[in-house]
Amino acid sequence: MVGIISYGAYIPRYRIKIEEIARVWGANGTEIARGLGVFEKALPDMDEDTITISVEAARAAMARRKVDPADIGAVYVGSESHPYAVKPTAVTVGEAIGATPVMTAADYEFACKAGTAAVQTSMGLVKSGMVNCAVAVGADVAQGEPGDALEYTAAAGGAALIIGNDDPIAEINHTCSFTTDTPDFWRRENKPYPRHGGRFTGEPAYFKHVIGASKMMLEKMGTKPSDYTYAVFHQPNGKFPTQAASMLGFSMEQIKPGLAVTYLGNTYSGASMVGLSAVLDIAKPGDRIFMTSYGSGSGSDSFDITVTDVINSDLFNRDAAPTVSDLLADKKIVDYAVYAKHKGKVVMME
Amino acid sequence: MSVARFWRKQQNRYNLIGNQCTVCGKYFYPPRGFCPVCRRDGKIVEHQFKGTGKVVTFSIIRSSSGNFKLLTPYVLAIIELDEGSRLTTHLVCDIDKVYIGMPVKRVFRKLGEEGSSGAIFYGTKFVPA
Amino acid sequence: MREVAVIGVGCTKFGEKWESSFRNLFVEAGALALEDANLSGEKIDEIFVGNMSAGRFVEQEHIGALIADYAGLATDNIPATRVEAACASGGLSFRQAYTAVASGMSDIVVAAGVEKMTDVGTEVTTDVLAAAADREWEGIAGITFPGLYAMIATDYMHRYGLTREQLAQVAVKNHDNGAKNPNAQFRKAITLDTVINSTLVADPLRLFDCSPVTDGAAAVILAPLERAREFTDTPIKVLGSGQASSTIALHDRKDISTLDATVAAGNRAFKMAGIERKDIGFVEVHDCFTIAEICAIEDLGFCKKGEAGRLTEEGQTAIGGKIPVNPSGGLKACGHPVGATGIKQVYETVKQLRGDAKGRQVDTDIGMTHNVGGTGATVVCHIFGRK
Repeated sequence: MVGIISYGAYIPRYRIKIEEIARVWGANGTEIARGLGVFEKALPDMDEDTITISVEAARAAMARRKVDPADIGAVYVGSESHPYAVKPTAVTVGEAIGATPVMTAADYEFACKAGTAAVQTSMGLVKSGMVNCAVAVGADVAQGEPGDALEYTAAAGGAALIIGNDDPIAEINHTCSFTTDTPDFWRRENKPYPRHGGRFTGEPAYFKHVIGASKMMLEKMGTKPSDYTYAVFHQPNGKFPTQAASMLGFSMEQIKPGLAVTYLGNTYSGASMVGLSAVLDIAKPGDRIFMTSYGSGSGSDSFDITVTDVINSDLFNRDAAPTVSDLLADKKIVDYAVYAKHKGKVVMME
Repeated sequence: MSVARFWRKQQNRYNLIGNQCTVCGKYFYPPRGFCPVCRRDGKIVEHQFKGTGKVVTFSIIRSSSGNFKLLTPYVLAIIELDEGSRLTTHLVCDIDKVYIGMPVKRVFRKLGEEGSSGAIFYGTKFVPA
Repeated sequence: MREVAVIGVGCTKFGEKWESSFRNLFVEAGALALEDANLSGEKIDEIFVGNMSAGRFVEQEHIGALIADYAGLATDNIPATRVEAACASGGLSFRQAYTAVASGMSDIVVAAGVEKMTDVGTEVTTDVLAAAADREWEGIAGITFPGLYAMIATDYMHRYGLTREQLAQVAVKNHDNGAKNPNAQFRKAITLDTVINSTLVADPLRLFDCSPVTDGAAAVILAPLERAREFTDTPIKVLGSGQASSTIALHDRKDISTLDATVAAGNRAFKMAGIERKDIGFVEVHDCFTIAEICAIEDLGFCKKGEAGRLTEEGQTAIGGKIPVNPSGGLKACGHPVGATGIKQVYETVKQLRGDAKGRQVDTDIGMTHNVGGTGATVVCHIFGRK
């Protein structure tokens, strides 16, 4: 059955505390951090971007399993911060894992769910027999305007899944999507920062779609929340996924292992996939994982996943790449001035 | 660096692809098309390096130009790869942490760009292992 | 092969010469050399000029022709050739001129060196100089020249226990000498504290471990020894010439702290001259950075590896010491107009051997020059004698 044959995540080393950002804007950092359920966020080094993060995540996935690069027939990278407006991120990822030239590739954009859209496309190609394996990446160096609410969470990181048919470590039992035209968050061409509808991003946007897709999945599979070991929801902050989980009837114990946002921030296209990676880091054979992503604009992709024996077999070596908690633990806290330099907010002469 | 000039060695830079002379066994990265030991008797083949090694020597650059200006101060190092070849790299680590003999591993990073509208160059740098 | 002598020398003052253009500089140096040799232009058979990067410093290529033209020698169609080997361009220009005379191809030959570095900003200068290293495999990794020599210093200090003070003493000694050289860019003595407390440029090297950015030109005139007395009472004979190459990139050297091209070029020059190290009265070495002088003293064979720091500390490399090094003040105090440095070293050596180095005179019959390109990918050495 089609499934995840390997996975890998990457998070840059640098962090800024939410309180430090609040200090610059004269806001109450303790209150904001508590309200958001986010205390630190990751930021890229000055020589890191969505391409380097995607490559590192894809290489981590390659390190965990002996995948012949020639078997990789497709590479898709979902992001809203592709370094080039025109020139694909996916080709660099393909070349850096040795999968070029016999492969197809494209970049995806669907706000924060572009990564899971890449997973769905990969599944389709694998299931149809068009390719043996496909690499699906969700990664971002997320943008948020200085002083805007987004700045407190917009973070850098990503994850890659290798999708294939042979001996998956986790089978993807089903995927379904819930999509409408909802203008809750956008970034216009040539604009450095996105804009959003404030509280409009909540109920008619995030919750409507996440709940819509999740309910469709439960109905289709004939399952109830308690049938799952873990649940991962798109995590723009700590509050939304917790609320969505409780609305659906998932417990805190089910979502906590996949709630990476608390000390990572919102990695946009990377967010639910990094959360899934954190769950795969600890999952045992037989564990069932529920995942629903969300991308503004808007849509949600829901996945029903069952971990197989292969995860503990010789075919797979989880220790060959760092876990999400390893990546989160290896950190260096910086102040706002260094953060501004890293994020290119300091204007330099060309 | 022009796009063609960079692209020509892109595979080498992305994946640490160098050479080995199968006659004397010596490894070469940066790549060489001609063995300096065996010369005309040598036989050069491609070799992908594992990407691990150790610091031979280093400096902390406090004054730089171009693409490295924003990264300053940064660690510049000569690395000896496990296979025996040596290369020069920006070693991405805290400037007070580097030492001779420090084990390092490869990492994929931006090497530079031709201004904000130009091509971006990627390749291999090193971090502490 | 014919024996060759230097019959005239000229050198501009070195420094930030805001009023002087590229062509002003070499015309000035050339005129001084001609005057010194009591020679008129039409007697010149050939010109060689060392220049590293006029193309990027002043956006001018075709330097040979430009020099012939503005030296007033194009009217006589005198051949002029540019020689380039980064910072060893000057030394190599001299060697080309020497070969031309020794071979009998030409009689009266000018060897010049010129660099105009201050018409561009510091960032451009840094980048131009970085082109002396391997652009594709060192440049792209973020090297700077201080950074490359700093990596030599890190390796050297780790292996041989060279102290910060010993390294600083190189700069202090060269400033002492430079203070007595009217052509030097810096004519001011400094203390160990000046060096040790100066800004870090590339650890462990600080600002006062580095030679400066300089404008300047130098020219010398060579002739067959048998004709030298037509022009001067004090011809200085070329006793030995040696040139050597090594890997363009520092990381490919067998030993980071040994400039093997210095060892080879030095040995070749000594072999040709048929003399011993102890016969050398002083040596002008390529101290682009303090660590470079330490390595040069050893690699030329004046002491064992690891001993040059102590030698320097004991004052043995100062004027009056066992082996005076850089009586001119070296690149550190004289300044380092990259293409001109190798010729300036010959200029200083001739002045010394003639007994004209007032205030910094070394009493000897034999002197040596050592000019390095890049981190030692090209090295040129010459040995000169009064007799």
